[in-house]
Order: sequence, then structure tokens, then C-alpha cells
Amino acid sequence: MHLESQLVDGVRELRPVGAWVAAVAPDLERTVAECELGGERAVLDSGALGPLDLTGAWFLHRLEQRLTAAGVAHAWRGARPEAVAFTDTLLDGGGPIETRLPPRTAGERPLDLIGRWTVRRSSDLRDALEFLGRIYFVLGGALLRPARLRFNSVVRHVYETGIQAIPIVALIAFLISVIVAYIGAQELRQFGGDVFVVDLVTVSVLRELGVLLTAIIVAGRSGSAFAAEIGVMRLNEEVDALRAIGVNVVEVLVLPRILGLMIALPLLTVIADAMGLAGGAVLSWLLLDIPFNQFLVRMQDAMASTTFWAGLLKAPVFAFVIALVGTFRGIQVRDSSRELGRLTTVAVVESIFLVLFVDAVFAVAYWEFDF
Amino acid sequence: MAAVDPAIPPVRVTGLVNRFGQQLVHDGLDMDVRRGEVFGIVGGSGSGKSVLLRSILGLHHPQAGRVEIDGVDLTVLHGDALRQVKHRYGVTFQNGALFSSLTVAQNIQLPILETHRPSQDVLDGLAELKIRLVGLPTDAGGKFPSQLSGGMVKRAALARALALDPSLLFLDEPTAGLDPIAAASFDELVLFLQRTLRLTVVMVTHDLDTIYRICNRVGVIVDQRMVTGTLDEIERNDHPWIKEYFHGARGRAGRRQ
Repeated sequence: MHLESQLVDGVRELRPVGAWVAAVAPDLERTVAECELGGERAVLDSGALGPLDLTGAWFLHRLEQRLTAAGVAHAWRGARPEAVAFTDTLLDGGGPIETRLPPRTAGERPLDLIGRWTVRRSSDLRDALEFLGRIYFVLGGALLRPARLRFNSVVRHVYETGIQAIPIVALIAFLISVIVAYIGAQELRQFGGDVFVVDLVTVSVLRELGVLLTAIIVAGRSGSAFAAEIGVMRLNEEVDALRAIGVNVVEVLVLPRILGLMIALPLLTVIADAMGLAGGAVLSWLLLDIPFNQFLVRMQDAMASTTFWAGLLKAPVFAFVIALVGTFRGIQVRDSSRELGRLTTVAVVESIFLVLFVDAVFAVAYWEFDF
Repeated sequence: MAAVDPAIPPVRVTGLVNRFGQQLVHDGLDMDVRRGEVFGIVGGSGSGKSVLLRSILGLHHPQAGRVEIDGVDLTVLHGDALRQVKHRYGVTFQNGALFSSLTVAQNIQLPILETHRPSQDVLDGLAELKIRLVGLPTDAGGKFPSQLSGGMVKRAALARALALDPSLLFLDEPTAGLDPIAAASFDELVLFLQRTLRLTVVMVTHDLDTIYRICNRVGVIVDQRMVTGTLDEIERNDHPWIKEYFHGARGRAGRRQ
């Protein structure tokens, strides 16, 4: 599988030898590119040529093109292989063929990117608002006629996003609260205020950590699942099938997920709160010798009437945001598996960001209203 | 690639057994494909055509039996040896199975890039050759699969299957979902490629027009085994399912052409 090249009396003799097939394409590429071609004219000899497939024929065709480009007239000794003639008929005629994506020129790139980004963001925003509007519309209709609420579907989502998340949420809430109590104890001990660890754990877990951690875990678990489920349904044209049957996609796919998560997340938050307080109590007992009954008394002193509700109130709002972003990004999937991956990632990142943003808004609002 | 003795059948299946739980799909199925022919696999829904094809491709490990490609038993191979055998054949899947995040040209270049790294110039040249070979329009190379019509997807899948110039081609339901004109022109394309490139073609199909137009021999899966023969022989077979298939209303329409 190589090319012999000889100069005999000014005539370039080229002999392809052996098998010219796709399996040895690297050798063919090298031998055709490196071969000496100079001469008055060239003779191609097919005598020693073994098996020839279309890839091999393409390289012979390329060799002929190189000869023509170098201005060397050439002819075949013996028959010109049929496969080479066949590549001629394939490649001649018809314009040049596009095998690459149209290249971008360097100058227009930054402007191009800014423009594309702006257009995409603004249409994203418009789509999101439209989506939100459709949800309120369907929700309104469903409240008037509760039969339209897909009860079974809601229950399934409560199970998948809530019940199945209990172990991980409980574990993480417990561990984080242990960490907070531990660091708090180290710092507060310097002032002899060990017992304020209980206040620290109680307030931070109930107001912030419990609900926030739960929301972030759920955004990672269920926000991605929503986007991926609905995205695959888009790629399989299942969403189109639903539309064609006359089913409202928001009603069947989106609303049950939103309602399910809005039920599940507050319940998970209660569990996270309980596990967080338990973590604080265990650490206070082991590290600070505060017995459980004393922890309970101290905890009740630390709690205002609103402390627990300040945290729990945020849970349904977080749930709405997470489910909204997940389902919205899922419905945006079209055409390719890469889009599915991209939009699932976007769903998780955006929902976590929005959860933190909404949490900040809550913090300011609670401060203003002295809640 | 070592030259293969032309006397060895390109595909030979002996004593294939496939079982899923209680359900026996193949029970000692034998199949022989001759070099240079177009072999059609026919069978009712659920008769195990896809499982047979997946067994031959080495995608499914059968409970028992031998599957030989060019005389090499696939069922005992692993790793590199199995990969070597897989380079001998090209395959198109029922819905094309083009990689949706790659353009058509990139789809064709992917099998080439898996074997070696040619220059971009050579890659583009080879992709162009294959795109023209299957009769795709000149602007198809830069398009994504989602931008193609059903017929173009089938052609692009065929171009990818032929990327490494295999001598053996498997087609799963090549004309399913195409209109009769597109299906007929795809049949002609397969026939043309089979003759010019001297391919052996094995196809699973339901399309009687395709069977009558391009298949030299047919294997019908009935009762967990395969009945093989030329179309004339199969038509004379007494098995009730085969009779119904080839002599029913649709069968007569296919034969008339």
C-alpha cells in the first residue's frame, strides 16, 4: 500500500502497489502527499495494484489532481481502474459541496456574539413571561374546575421530589447544623457564651439554612429531572403528540410538577428543620455538656413566634421558582441531544441562582416588616 | 485488512438461541448469506428480526449459537478483536440514528476519525465523496440532522455506514417511513451501490416492493427459525404465515411489478 515513483528519461513513472483501501488510509494519505511528481509527463501503472475501494480510488483521484495542478500530463498504462472513473463521475459536475459550517470572520465575532446574546436573552425573557402567563391561565381554570387538576400526577411528583429526597435532605441538614454549631461553639467559648450556640443553631436553621439547603438540593435533584424528562419528551415528539390530541401541555406536564413541588418542598423543609435542630442538640450535648432538656428550654427562649414561619413561608416560593425554571427549560429543548444537556444544566444553575436571589428579597422584606 | 477467502460466507449464523425470560425468540436459528447478494430478512412483528440483527452486529450476546462475520465468530471476541470485525461492516438504523449534535459531514467523518486522524482536507474530501455517492444535495454536508427530510436522513445514515468502505452492509428497515417514490429511489440507490461497490447487503424489511425489487434471497423468521430461499422458493412454501405474507393482498401488489 504505497506509491513507487521513478524518473525514467524524463518520464515520471508512478506505480501504486498493494491494497488501496480505507483500512490503510493514513499510509495512502502520506504516500500521495509525499510522492515526487516532477517530470515532462507521467505514466500511472496499475499493474501492481491490489484491492481498491472507494477511499483508495479517491486518493488515486487526488494524485491525478496533483499531477494536473503541477502541469504534468499523465496517462494510465494498463486500464484505468474502474473505481477511479467512478469517483470522477461522482465528483465532477455539480458545484462545490459544503462539508463545513460557514466560518465566522474575526472582525464581526464580538459584535456578532453580543447581538446574538441580546436577541437570545430578550426572546428568552419574552418566552418566560408567556410561559408564566399560560401557567396562571391554566391554574385559574383548574381552580374553577378542580377536575382539571391531575391529582394522580401531582401525587407522583410529591412522591418523587419529596418522599424520595428525605434521606439526603435529612442527612445534609443534620451535618450542616453540626458544622454551624461546632464553629459557633469555638467562637462563643472565647466570651464564655457557650450556651448561645443554641440560639445560633435555632435561628439560623429555622430562618435560613433549613429551607435554603433543601431548596438547593431539590433544585439539583428535581429541577434537572423536570428539564430532562420534558426535554426527552420534546425530542421524541411526545409533546407534539399531546398537543395534537388536544391536551394542554401546561396542564399535564407543567402544573402537576409545580403543584407537586410546592407541596413537597415545605414538607421537606420541616424535616430539614427538625434534623437541623437535632444536629445542634447532639453537638451541644457532646461538646458543651448541655443536656437535651436544657437545650429545649433554651431553644424556646431563642425562638420568636415568627422564627419557624419565616423559614417555612419561603419554601413554596422556592418550589415555584425551581419547578418553573425546570419545566420551562425542558420545553425549550429542540433538535438535538446537546441542547438537552445544555438546557438541563441551565435549569439547575438558574434555579439555584433564583432561589438565592428570592431569598435575599425575603431577607430585605422581613427586615422592613420586622418579621 | 487481510484478504478474505471469497468462499467463506460474509455472514453465517448457526444454532442461534435467544431467550428473554419466558419468551423464546430464536431456537436454533441458522442463516447463511452469500458474498455479493442482497439478503432480505422478513418476519412478523415480534418474531425477532431486530434481535437477530443486533446479535449479528455484536450488540446483543445470544444465549447460544455462533455468529460469524467473514468466518470470524463474533460471540467469543472482545475488545480490539471485536472492533476489528466491526470495521468490516456498515449499518444503518431504522430512524437513521444520526448524531444530532453533529452535522451530516461530521457524522460521516466520525467513523474515519475513530480509526485515524487524517488532515481536515482529506476528511472533507472523503465526506464530499460519500455525500455525492448517496445522492444528497450539495448543501447537505453542513446541515444538522434535524434540518433534513426523512429520505435525506436515510441517505445520510447510508453515507455514514459507508464511511470506511465496508464490504458488508446491514440495513434495518431502510425504506420505513418513506413515501413510495422516495422508497423506490432509495431501493435503486442501494442496488446501484451494491453493484458498483460489490457490497453484500443484509436488510431487515417489511416493504414487499423492496423485497421484489432488490433482494436476491429472502430469509423468513417463522416458529423461532429461519426459512431461506429465493423468492420463487419462498413463494411456494406451505407455511401459513409465509403464504399469508406473500399471497395476501399486499403481497400480490408487490409481485405484480
